[in-house]
Amino acid sequence: MGKIRKQHVWMGWMLLLGIFLLTGCETEHRFVKSTAFKGTHQIVLTFAGPVEEAWAKNLDHYAVYEKPDPDILLGLAGVSLSQDRTTVTLTFRDALNQEQPHLIRLKEILSDGKSQGGALLTVKKAYLGYLVSVLLGAMIIKNFVFTKYLGLCVFFGTSQKKSTAVGMGVTFTLVMVASAMMSWFMYQFVLKPLRLDFLQIVVFIGLVSLSVQAVDTILRKVNPALFKAFGVYLVLVIANCIILAVPLILANNEYNALESLMLAVGAGTGFLIALFLMSSVRERLETANVPPTYRGLPIAFITAGLFALAFMGFSGMSLF
Amino acid sequence: MAHTKKTNSQLLFSGLLSENPIFRLALSMCPAVGISTTVMNGILLGIAVLFVQVFSSCTISAIKNYIHPRIRIPTYTLTIATWVTVIDLVLAAYVPAAYKEMGIFVKLIVAFAIITMRLEMFAAKNPLVPSFVDAVGMGLGFLFGMVTLGAIREVLGSGTLLGFDLLGDKPLLFFILPAAGFFTVGFMMAIFNYVELVFKRMKEKKG
Repeated sequence: MGKIRKQHVWMGWMLLLGIFLLTGCETEHRFVKSTAFKGTHQIVLTFAGPVEEAWAKNLDHYAVYEKPDPDILLGLAGVSLSQDRTTVTLTFRDALNQEQPHLIRLKEILSDGKSQGGALLTVKKAYLGYLVSVLLGAMIIKNFVFTKYLGLCVFFGTSQKKSTAVGMGVTFTLVMVASAMMSWFMYQFVLKPLRLDFLQIVVFIGLVSLSVQAVDTILRKVNPALFKAFGVYLVLVIANCIILAVPLILANNEYNALESLMLAVGAGTGFLIALFLMSSVRERLETANVPPTYRGLPIAFITAGLFALAFMGFSGMSLF
Repeated sequence: MAHTKKTNSQLLFSGLLSENPIFRLALSMCPAVGISTTVMNGILLGIAVLFVQVFSSCTISAIKNYIHPRIRIPTYTLTIATWVTVIDLVLAAYVPAAYKEMGIFVKLIVAFAIITMRLEMFAAKNPLVPSFVDAVGMGLGFLFGMVTLGAIREVLGSGTLLGFDLLGDKPLLFFILPAAGFFTVGFMMAIFNYVELVFKRMKEKKG
């Protein structure tokens, strides 16, 4: 009974944290219901009530720019207002780069003769879709093992048996998520404000060792059975470059908390998939008749090369 | 290998050939596969690793008596991370183009198993001079491996060597593909195994 209640409290905390992170990043205005890209040249704004036609048609009321370059305003070609006067469609002269979030500054929204104040809006690609694409991108399209060639030592070391492969993959994913989130927090709230970017490497590797130690201690206390199964792999996690590559990538790309989480989960599961595929092949190779000079690692490398060729088929794919 | 005393030259050559980090110990494979598309990349990353290996080996060897055994691994990691930060900033400042191509791999030298392994197995137990020689040997071994791989892939893939046109055309474009890194390393390892096998047979015949 007590255990269940403890779990509920935990879930509640996680939920609260999730809501905080979800809402904390948005800069929406109370009068604006939604913003979205439409086609290649258009942005659609939906308001909560009808707006004045004279206000909506005036191009001077809109200033649109890409988030990284606030100085470069994008050229507007025209504005159209829907019949019920709640939806405004902005048309641009050039195609929009939808990979970047765009900001729109609105001057004094007028609705039924009343001013609703100015607004600063963010336009992003459909957000859930974007998160899924980060996740799948890290997992399959840009698989860390087969297309970025990271984490190979551990990959070849632990892919001899399926059970080992799965154990390593699961342990790795757990540690990956924990250390990536800590690194994101440290980078965004400590390193960046204090302009200590150059300490990235030292801080991230420290956090990785810390999270490995933490997972070790927690697992030992909370679930000794699980620790017995996965404890041996914890030491190996540190020797894996992916665990350091993910914090560096998310610091480089300025990902926010959710994107970082998705990248970490994707990297972990991608590693798990790669290990599982490889171990399935290597179990069969045990019984195959391999030339003596190729036995062991050389044939494993060539198998991995074939996998990498297959994974090249995913390259350039984009979802959503 | 720390148990048997070796002369300095033996230390140097064991890193280069019989204990070559890439082909024999199969450690720090990621860059060997990932960015060995040209000789230049191989040379630059090889030098970076050599630098980090030598300086961290010397640092650890010099302060080994002051490190508590229980915290030795974190100490090694932080030492390596410091030297990697140094080389990372230096490369970014002086060879920005090549640095961009090598991307994240320079920073990932921290996670190379080979460096930590040499610190744990050699530098922590030996005085400064042998540690230095051992580090130079290992670093040169890595450099040698990277350059060999880079040369094979550059000549076969794009027909050039260090940017100079060598063959006039591109005989096997396949080798410039990223996936070919796995194949090249696999073939090289097989060749090393084959040479070892031949030597063994020759010895057996003699004996």
